[in-house]
Amino acid sequence: MSDATDDRTDDPLLRVQNLEKYYPITGGLLKKKVGEVKAVDGVSFELGRGETLAIVGESGCGKTTLGKTVARLHEPTGGSILFDGQDIGTLSERELKPVRREIQVVYQDPTSSLNPRKRIKDIVAEPMTVHDIGTKAQRRERVVELLRRVDLPEDFRYRYPSELSGGQQQRVAIARALTLNPSLLVLDEPTSALDVSVQAKVISLLEELQDDLGLSYLMITHDLSLTKNIADRIGVMYLGKLMEKAPAASLFDDPQNPYTEQLLSAIPIVEESEAAYKPDRISIQGETPDPSDPPSGCSFHPRCHRTVDECSRTEPELVDVGPDHTSRCVHHDDTD
Amino acid sequence: MSSLTNWVQSEAMENRKESARRIAYRFRQNPLSLVGLGIIGGLVFVAIFAPYIARHPQDAGYMGEPAVDFANRFAEPSLAHPFGTDQAGRDILSRVIFGTRYSLALGLFVLTFAIGIGVPVGLVAGYVGGFVGQALMRLTDVFLSVPPLVLALAVAVPLQPSLRNAMIAIAVVWWPWYARLVYGEVVSVREEQFVEASRGIGASRLRIIFREILPNVMAPITVKFSLDMGYAILIGAGLGFLGLGAQPPTPEWGTMIAEGRAYLPAQWWYSTFPGLAIFLAVLGFNLLGDGLRDVLDVEVD
Repeated sequence: MSDATDDRTDDPLLRVQNLEKYYPITGGLLKKKVGEVKAVDGVSFELGRGETLAIVGESGCGKTTLGKTVARLHEPTGGSILFDGQDIGTLSERELKPVRREIQVVYQDPTSSLNPRKRIKDIVAEPMTVHDIGTKAQRRERVVELLRRVDLPEDFRYRYPSELSGGQQQRVAIARALTLNPSLLVLDEPTSALDVSVQAKVISLLEELQDDLGLSYLMITHDLSLTKNIADRIGVMYLGKLMEKAPAASLFDDPQNPYTEQLLSAIPIVEESEAAYKPDRISIQGETPDPSDPPSGCSFHPRCHRTVDECSRTEPELVDVGPDHTSRCVHHDDTD
Repeated sequence: MSSLTNWVQSEAMENRKESARRIAYRFRQNPLSLVGLGIIGGLVFVAIFAPYIARHPQDAGYMGEPAVDFANRFAEPSLAHPFGTDQAGRDILSRVIFGTRYSLALGLFVLTFAIGIGVPVGLVAGYVGGFVGQALMRLTDVFLSVPPLVLALAVAVPLQPSLRNAMIAIAVVWWPWYARLVYGEVVSVREEQFVEASRGIGASRLRIIFREILPNVMAPITVKFSLDMGYAILIGAGLGFLGLGAQPPTPEWGTMIAEGRAYLPAQWWYSTFPGLAIFLAVLGFNLLGDGLRDVLDVEVD
């Protein structure tokens, strides 16, 4: 192992530090840069082996950009992504190739993420073809094994994606992600394009695969209720920044950030027992602000139910509010 | 398990049969496209078996120079010579039959070349984009800004007039249309998630362009290919007519019309039958192309 890995206190699979992904806004004839969108703005987190970290937030908060930047489908504009001790944030496409075997992405919409002109067997075998692994017979065998793994009949391999249902397509996408035995899966809203009944099955498949294969999941979702069972830790994201980060249980039992309170409050109550999680019902007000022109101070203050004058002036930092629990709010300073 | 396997397999086969049935149905809905298919099939058959179909293959220059029979010149259409004979007494029907070979070969060569250049240019420009993409597409626009026949003339004139050089001239004119067609398709396909997914797997650009994107733009290329065969044949005949293509006594349709023009209207059959052959070929490819457009459900142009 290289020197860089020696000074790690623990051994997380993934350590993201101060990650930034800014998109320039250009205008005028000469395409001059007139501003920027801070899609991911100084996000830090760690993800242990076999652990699931869920990133939750409304649409447009940058959570998908975060996931895709970690998987190096986008190039970060700042910060570092330490994967297994190696900073993959600055690697070139060529240097990334071996890393791509370890990090795989499952996309939101399986109809779009599977090539409609290819048979399932070629889709699932593609990672092996690209990395030149195995003989024809070995690849065929692996495809059969993977389809069985995701509970699909092996004869589906002769089909085209359009001959499968949405849930079956997503299982194929999961099988493809598993082909090269990765250690990290970035799950980008893996169930939000599926029927509710199918969602539960896909989630339990993902849990089962994690137990069997020791996978780490970075799960991107807008649905906080979905994370309760599957996530070990949860990060709540708003306008490119993490607002609160905590173990799943503490986040649901003892949310510290007003934004998290609002998100929790928005989950419909199905069972009485769930009511316990809920603070008094607070509805989220207004729309997400324009990310190219974020509000001053705390970016959430125009929609917050606990806004005070100070919120528009100072931007709060993430502070420790409990064991492994951090949050970003001006009120945390008051209570200290 | 095996009964489930069988069921799944038979269901998949059913699906495929079903989609074949749907294609057949859509073709039937458009009977003209079947006519087109029939015409093209007939032309291909005639081109391949020309020496066995033509009664006087030697008149068309089969195995040597075209024969002459001055005693028999300008015979009117009759049972012996259904299309009549020309100024050298050669059987026009036999020459028209052999002309099929020249026209189909010209169309195939021109479009193979045009697709071979235009499709990669469109794929690269569309996927890579940026400066390279802009440069390629502006170059394409320069070619597209001149009417095809005029540009083909400009290329053909400085070359020795021959069938081969006519093919080259038309091919040079033709590739930009494929570049533009493919470019437009690629720009929409490259936003699909499976392209990003392939990148996430570690696939190279070349692999993404040719293995992921190309199969998704084949349908419009196929339709345009069929429609263009007719136009390419037409332009090839046009160059032949102007004396810039195949030279007499080659039995090329356009060349034959030009030769016969001097004998109009008295020996009307000389120019008329090669003209009808061109008409038939262009019609056939157009009808087939229209049918394919409906079956494959694509927009071209």
